[in-house]
Amino acid sequence: MLTVPVGTQIIFAGILFFLGLIGLLVRRNMIFMLMSIEVMFNSAGLVFIIAGTHWKQPDGQVMFIFILAVTAVEVSIALALILQVYHHFKTLDADAVNNLKDTN
Amino acid sequence: MNVFFYIAAIVAIVSTIMAISGKNAIHSLLYLILSLLAVSVIFYLLSAPFIAALEVIIYAGAIMVLFIFVTMMLNIGLERESENKWLKPRMWIVPSILAVILLVTLIMSLKNVAPVSPDKEAILPKQVGISLFSTYLLGVEIAAILLMAGVIGAYHLGSQKKKVIHRFLKTN
Repeated sequence: MLTVPVGTQIIFAGILFFLGLIGLLVRRNMIFMLMSIEVMFNSAGLVFIIAGTHWKQPDGQVMFIFILAVTAVEVSIALALILQVYHHFKTLDADAVNNLKDTN
Repeated sequence: MNVFFYIAAIVAIVSTIMAISGKNAIHSLLYLILSLLAVSVIFYLLSAPFIAALEVIIYAGAIMVLFIFVTMMLNIGLERESENKWLKPRMWIVPSILAVILLVTLIMSLKNVAPVSPDKEAILPKQVGISLFSTYLLGVEIAAILLMAGVIGAYHLGSQKKKVIHRFLKTN
């Protein structure tokens, strides 16, 4: 079976998480920011799976299923919000949506 | 088996870098799907085959399709003039090569792995289901409430609101 040390696996999950974090911080396009959040969710789930495999308990996989449900809800709500923002502001730039006043 | 883990990890990292640094949203989404498939290979190597299937079906199958639909809805007017550039080989040759590497990894690991025996290492879906519906039953119900709220919220936010104007205020 897989004999990669657990530390290496956690490091891989950490690299993925920080790539998502960098994308979330650098990009201003809302689609790309949402994609970066997806990468971060995925790496968090990967850590759960690694821990569940390490201790040979099914709890890690149960937690991943919960993360999957949360991610599905988050993506659908966020994409609906992005559609509304695009219809209202005609742009996907996150910096254009920093004012609360009514623009029309 | 270890080398497959490293190959899949490198593919995941490279495709994630390409996904978050791309200009075009559709190309980045394809790289992101590739990253999710690579992580799915790692789940399989970590003896969680049920989660690997869920990752492919739900993440790469459902959530990313939702992303692609919304991106296509939004950019349909903006990307019209750059449509011809999508068909250049350099747009699809690198994801193809990475996907082929993943496929070869999967095939090799399936060939080298011992025939699936009642191995104590692997956590079978039966254990996951028993744990999910006994220990974490309250969590399942809370997740159901969350999904219901998500459905209602997405319907409410996604519906186009008609502008209601009194007939005296109509200009024509």
